[in-house]
Amino acid sequence: MEAASVPQGETLAPSRGLRDRLGDKLFYWLTGIASLISVLLVLGIIWRILKGAWPAIQHFGLSFVSNNVWNAPLNEFGARDLIIGTIVTSFGAILLSGPISVAIALFLSEIAPPAIRGPAGTLIEMLAAVPSVVIGLWGIYVLAPFSAQYLQPAISSVLGWIPIFSNGQDKVESTVFAAILVLTIMTIPITSSICRELFLGVPEELEEGAIGLGATRWEMVKTVTVPSVRGGVIAAVILGLGRALGEAIAVTQVIGNFIPLHRSIFEPGDTLASRVANQYQGAITNLQISSLIYLALILLVISFFANFGAQLIVKRSDRKLAGS
Amino acid sequence: MTTPQLTLRATGRARRRLIVNRVAEVAAIAAALSAIVVLGIMVWSVASRGISALNLDFFTKGPALFGQSGGGIAPAIVGSIVLVAIATIVALPFGVMTAIFVSEFAPKQWADQVRLWLDTLNGFPSIVIGIFVYTLIVKEALPVLGIGGHQSAIAGGVALAIIMLPLVARSAMEVLALVPNGLREGSYALGVSKWQTVVRVVLPTSLGGILTGTTLAIARAAGETAPLLFTCAIASNAVDWNPSHSVQSIPLTIFTYSESADPNLHAQAWAAAFVLIVFVLVTSLTARFLLDRSRRKLGLHR
Repeated sequence: MEAASVPQGETLAPSRGLRDRLGDKLFYWLTGIASLISVLLVLGIIWRILKGAWPAIQHFGLSFVSNNVWNAPLNEFGARDLIIGTIVTSFGAILLSGPISVAIALFLSEIAPPAIRGPAGTLIEMLAAVPSVVIGLWGIYVLAPFSAQYLQPAISSVLGWIPIFSNGQDKVESTVFAAILVLTIMTIPITSSICRELFLGVPEELEEGAIGLGATRWEMVKTVTVPSVRGGVIAAVILGLGRALGEAIAVTQVIGNFIPLHRSIFEPGDTLASRVANQYQGAITNLQISSLIYLALILLVISFFANFGAQLIVKRSDRKLAGS
Repeated sequence: MTTPQLTLRATGRARRRLIVNRVAEVAAIAAALSAIVVLGIMVWSVASRGISALNLDFFTKGPALFGQSGGGIAPAIVGSIVLVAIATIVALPFGVMTAIFVSEFAPKQWADQVRLWLDTLNGFPSIVIGIFVYTLIVKEALPVLGIGGHQSAIAGGVALAIIMLPLVARSAMEVLALVPNGLREGSYALGVSKWQTVVRVVLPTSLGGILTGTTLAIARAAGETAPLLFTCAIASNAVDWNPSHSVQSIPLTIFTYSESADPNLHAQAWAAAFVLIVFVLVTSLTARFLLDRSRRKLGLHR
């Protein structure tokens, strides 16, 4: 007797459920592994740089950081003035670009008429899109000569009694100051676009409250807008700092690649990133290559802390803003 | 008899407050203007010095022999195309898959972690990434696969891909987050599995945004010099499409020419900078415009 057969597979192909289950699993793991690789890349970079620098670390130890020589024929390398140069140029740049960026952001978020906001914001962000090598080229042939001709003499005639502003050799074009100017231009779009978003995010009722109490627009900005996103503003400046610390190409083009550092910023100098970039064809011995990687490692440590710190500050201030 | 004259003119303290306010406003306007003026001067200097050296030879010929004038950057243009193509082929799938995992599968904590690490990667100096790729596949061949051991367009392309990855992934995450949940739920309600929903519903909806985000990343990668210094810098003067050879590139050409003493090469550097800046500005402006439009299309414009 034949059993009453139940027709199978009339509505759904039998493989369908299996294909979907497998497909979902496969898709989950594929994308999961991709995101894991993206995360592990950061650790991989740190590990490989550490490994590449290891011969130099063994050879020089921590005295690499305090030594101040770069002598390829004698195989003697040290990073002291390169570290100082990196810190001077990037902090100099954010000292200039920080206030300017906040002012630009305030203009774009509070002052500018709506018709101007979009185009002006786009133009300033376009400054970030200009490749650093082009800014460097412009820096060598336009900005540095202009600075040597007009800006540097003007500043040192007023502030020349402070050693770092004292007049350098006559009309030297490749200077630490030129590098600071180039880095200022490069960090302004980063810091100002983040600050603009922050200022736009300040609740309008708060700002209107200040105006309603009779505050002028400046008083509103000073007492309400900026204080309510202070952490974010600091983080934006630190992100700009991170960019300035790591910039190699534009700096190496204008800074003159010279150590030991002079006392004045109107003289040639050098930075970690710039030294690495500058040596790309000249590094021959393994110890020299390894020393260059050691420089990259120091740079990585500095910029890692800068960026991580900035992100922590942003997170904290986000939470505070959300809580209020 | 006289009545005291009433005026609306502020005096004393109020007047000082208004003056301070005005000064602050003028300072903010001046800051914004100065940034725009710097951009203008920069573009104008590049254009005015670059256009004069532009001609057909510039795009079709290799560099002139030493001391001769003329010549072009055809090998560098081809090299840049090869490098950026490799970088895009590597970075696009990784970036998009990472974004899909974060927006469709991952628990929120893990998603936050991925974001944090991608931002950290984005903050790494580009020269460090160049050094990383140098230690990985230039100084010695990559274990197992055996590629590398010397400078090549592959090495340079991988370095550029690492620059692009966080940009692509972050912009893709942003766009995927804008896809309305109703679309996903509608698809599930029809009995469609999760991966089919992603491939057939979520990705097509967000494709425009992902591609424009990628275009922005391409514009950034095309102008990067530092990652190429140790990975793809020493190359022949001939047009070369082979990715396992080291190739020339536009940014590196500008860099080496700008440091040379030959005035003919300076002119070439300005012309190459003009080509690069036009490419970068036009692509990023277009991409930005399209991105705004696709955001609006997804119904969540700000």
